[in-house]
Amino acid sequence: MKQLMQGNVAVARGLYEAGCEVVSSYPGTPSTEVTEEAAKYDEMYCEWAPNEKVAMEVAFGASLAGRRSFCGMKHVGLNVAADPLYTASYTGVNAGMVVVVADDAGMHSSQNEQDSRHHAIASKVPMLEPSDSAEALAFTKIAYDLSEEYDTPVIIKMCTRVAHSQSVVETAERFVPEPVPYEKKIAKYVMTPANAIRKHPVVEERTLKLKALGEGRVYGGVELNRVMYCENAAEHVGVIADSTSFQYAREVLGDSASYLKIGLVNPLPEQLFRDFAENVKEVIVIEELDPILEEHCRKLGIPVKGKELFPICGEFSQNLVAAKLGCEVPEGVTLDETIPVRPPVMCAGCPHRGMFFTLNKNKCTVLGDIGCYTLGSAAPLSAMEMTLCMGASVSALHGFNKASGPESESHTVGVIGDSTFMHSGMTGLANIAYNQSNSTVIILDNSITGMTGHQQNPTTGYNIKGDPAGKIDLEALCRAMGFNRVRVVDPYDLAACDAAVKEELAAPEPSVIISRRPCALLKYVKHNPPLSVNTEKCVGCKSCMRIGCPAISMRDGKSVVDQTQCVGCGVCTQMCKFDAFEGMVGKEA
Amino acid sequence: MKTKNIMIVGVGGQGSLLASKLLGQLLLSQGYDVKVSEVHGMSQRGGSVVTYVRYGDEVNSPVIDKGEADYIISFELMEAARWISFLKKDGQIVTNTQQIDPMPVIMGAAEYPDGLVEKMKATGAKVDAIDCLSLANEAGSSKAVNLVLMGRLSHYFDAPEEAWQAAIDATVPAKFLELNKKAFALGKNA
Ligand SMILES: Cc1ncc(C[n+]2csc(CCOP(=O)(O)OP(=O)(O)O)c2C)c(N)n1
Repeated sequence: MKQLMQGNVAVARGLYEAGCEVVSSYPGTPSTEVTEEAAKYDEMYCEWAPNEKVAMEVAFGASLAGRRSFCGMKHVGLNVAADPLYTASYTGVNAGMVVVVADDAGMHSSQNEQDSRHHAIASKVPMLEPSDSAEALAFTKIAYDLSEEYDTPVIIKMCTRVAHSQSVVETAERFVPEPVPYEKKIAKYVMTPANAIRKHPVVEERTLKLKALGEGRVYGGVELNRVMYCENAAEHVGVIADSTSFQYAREVLGDSASYLKIGLVNPLPEQLFRDFAENVKEVIVIEELDPILEEHCRKLGIPVKGKELFPICGEFSQNLVAAKLGCEVPEGVTLDETIPVRPPVMCAGCPHRGMFFTLNKNKCTVLGDIGCYTLGSAAPLSAMEMTLCMGASVSALHGFNKASGPESESHTVGVIGDSTFMHSGMTGLANIAYNQSNSTVIILDNSITGMTGHQQNPTTGYNIKGDPAGKIDLEALCRAMGFNRVRVVDPYDLAACDAAVKEELAAPEPSVIISRRPCALLKYVKHNPPLSVNTEKCVGCKSCMRIGCPAISMRDGKSVVDQTQCVGCGVCTQMCKFDAFEGMVGKEA
Repeated sequence: MKTKNIMIVGVGGQGSLLASKLLGQLLLSQGYDVKVSEVHGMSQRGGSVVTYVRYGDEVNSPVIDKGEADYIISFELMEAARWISFLKKDGQIVTNTQQIDPMPVIMGAAEYPDGLVEKMKATGAKVDAIDCLSLANEAGSSKAVNLVLMGRLSHYFDAPEEAWQAAIDATVPAKFLELNKKAFALGKNA
C-alpha cells in the first residue's frame, strides 16, 4: 500500500523490514525520530544510550553477537562516536551493522554545519545517501546486505530535508535472517597493532571492491547511483548531484538536462563519472556543504563547475539552483513592512527561567552547554556566554578557573542539562573532583531531554518505551566523585536560587547545585490555573518583563497574562512589588 | 499537473504538524504525488515555524520557495505577513487573526505591526482573515484552531467533502474526533 512517510520513519521501517534486532541511539535533531519510531515495533529491542559513543559500541556488540543492529545520531554525534567507528571499519562486523547520521545544512537545530561525508571518507566506511523516503527505506534495507557482504559497518547519511519530509513509500514484510553464530576470532576483533596492521590492507581492498560496485550502479535490485540522459544529451548540461540537491536540480531543469545522481557517496566510482562527463556538453556539480563530488571529478581530470557557482554555506533550494544556473526565478508578493523576528524562547513555566534570572541578577559569568537552556543566552535573560559542544560547560569551567584562579571562581558557573550531563558532563566533573578547581557546576535537571522533543535519559527513571527503568541518583553520583557540597533547589523559588548561587560561589571548595523541576511540557506535570493582572495594582513598572516569559506582555501600560500560555508557575509574582498578579494557587489573593 | 504548493505557518507549539498530516493524507487519497516538509527541534520552542505541502504528478523538491505558494495557511496574523514573499502573485492567504507577541515585542524592542490584514490585501494578495481561536473555543478547545483553518481552506479546494472527512478520521485521535469535526465545520461555514 502506498503511504506518506517521513524520511526518518522510513528508515525505521527499513530497520524493521531488514530484521534489525538491536537499536541503540542518542537523540539529536534531525535524527531522533528514527529511533523513536523503531521503538514502536515490539520486534526490535530499542534504547536511548547516554551518548553516541556508547550507542555505537552497543550496536557493535550486538552485531558481534550475530544480530543485525543499528545506531542513529545527528552529525555532531558522529564526532563523539568516531572512535569506535574508525576501528569498527577495521574489525568489520559479524551480523550487519548500520549507522544513521543526520546532517543539518542550514543549521535549523545545530551548533555547526559539518559535512558527515568526511567521516565516511576518513573512516573508509561505505555511505549511502537517500534523496527521499522511498530511498531511505530501500537504502536502509540493502545497507544490511552490504554490511554483511563487505564486512563493514554502513552509514546512511540523512539531512534535515530528507529526514523531516514525508513522501510516498511502499512497505513490505519483515524478514529476520538467521542469527550469525558468534565465534571467537581474536585476529579479527582484537585490534592490537599486530592485528590492525594486517587489517588495514583488507580495508583498502574493500574500498576498491565497493568502488567497482558503484560503477555497476545496482545492488540488491536498488539503484545506488542513477544515470538519466536527456534527449540529445551531448548538447545539454549534465548535473552530478546527491540527496536533495538532485531534487532541486530536477525541479529546475526537468528533462532538459542529464543527471548522475549519486546514492553511494563513499567510495565514489571513477569510470561512471568519466563516461557521464563524456556524454554531456558540460558538467555541473550540485552538492550542499563541501565540494566532495566536485573534487572527485577534478582528481579524475573532469572539468566541472561547482562551488564557483554554488555556496558552501547553508542549504539549497530550487530558487537558489535556478538563480545560479541563470534560469528564471519566480517573483513573490512584496509587503513593505518590518516584521519583528520571532526567535525561539523558553516556554511559559520553563523551570530553567528562574535559575537564569538568578545568574543574570548576580552578574555571574556563565559557561553553558547545549539544550533548551541554551535559550538562557537570549535577551532579556542573557545569562550564558559560551556554548561549544555537549559537556564543555563543565570541563571549560575548570580550565577557566585554573587559568584565572579565585578571581573567576567567585562568580563563574557552568550550567548543564540532565541529559547533557549524562552524555559527557560526568567526565568533566570527575576532572574537577580530581584536579580540584573551586568550581560551581549547576545541573539543570528538568527530568527529560527537552530540546530534542522529550526523550528519556538515565536520570529520569524511564526507558524509551516509558516503562520504569534504572534511575541514576545525581546527588549520590556527585558525592561519590568527592563533592561535599551538593544541594538541590527549586528554580520556581527565586529566593532559594539566589541563596544557593551566592553560597556555593563563596564556598572554598567545588560544589554542585541541582536545579530541579520537571519540564512544564511533560504530560504528567500538573499546571496551576493561569494568573491574571489586577490593573488597579499594576503600575506598569515592567519588573515582571525581566524574566522573559512569553505569556506576559504590556498592553496600554499594564502587564497582561496570555491565558492560553500561562501555567501558573508564579515566578512573575516574585518579581512584582505591588502584588498585581492574582490567582496564584497556594497564595491569598 | 504542475506542482501546487501550500504553506502552513505559525508559532512553534501551535499544532501545525497535525494540519500538514491531514493535508498530506487528503492529497494522497486524491491520487497525487505528495511531499510534506516540516522543521522540528529548536524552532518548535515558540519560534516561527513553517511546513511545506506540495502535490502534483511528480514532486521533486520537498520545500517551497519564494513566489511559489498557491496558498499560505497561517495560525497567527504576523506570521502570514512574514512569509508573504513566498506567495504567488495571485495566491490565497487564509489566516487566523490571533496575535501572539514575539519576544522583541514583549521586551519593547519592537512593535507588533498594525493593520496587517489591510496591508496584506493592498499587495494584491487574496486574504481571508478569520478569528479561528473563537471558533475553536466554540467547538470546545482552543487547540482546534488547526481544524478551523482546514475547514476554511476546504472552500478553495476542489476535493470532495467525503475525502476531507476521511482524512480527518485518519489523522485525528478518536477521542477528539467530534470536537475537531465541529471545528472543521465552523471554519468551513465562517
Ligand atoms: C553530540 C551531540 N549529540 C546530540 C546533540 C543534540 N542535542 C542538543 S541538546 C540535547 C539534549 C538536551 O537535553 P538536556 O541536557 O536534558 O537539556 P534540556 O533540553 O532538557 O533543557 C541534545 C541531545 C548535540 N547537540 N550534540
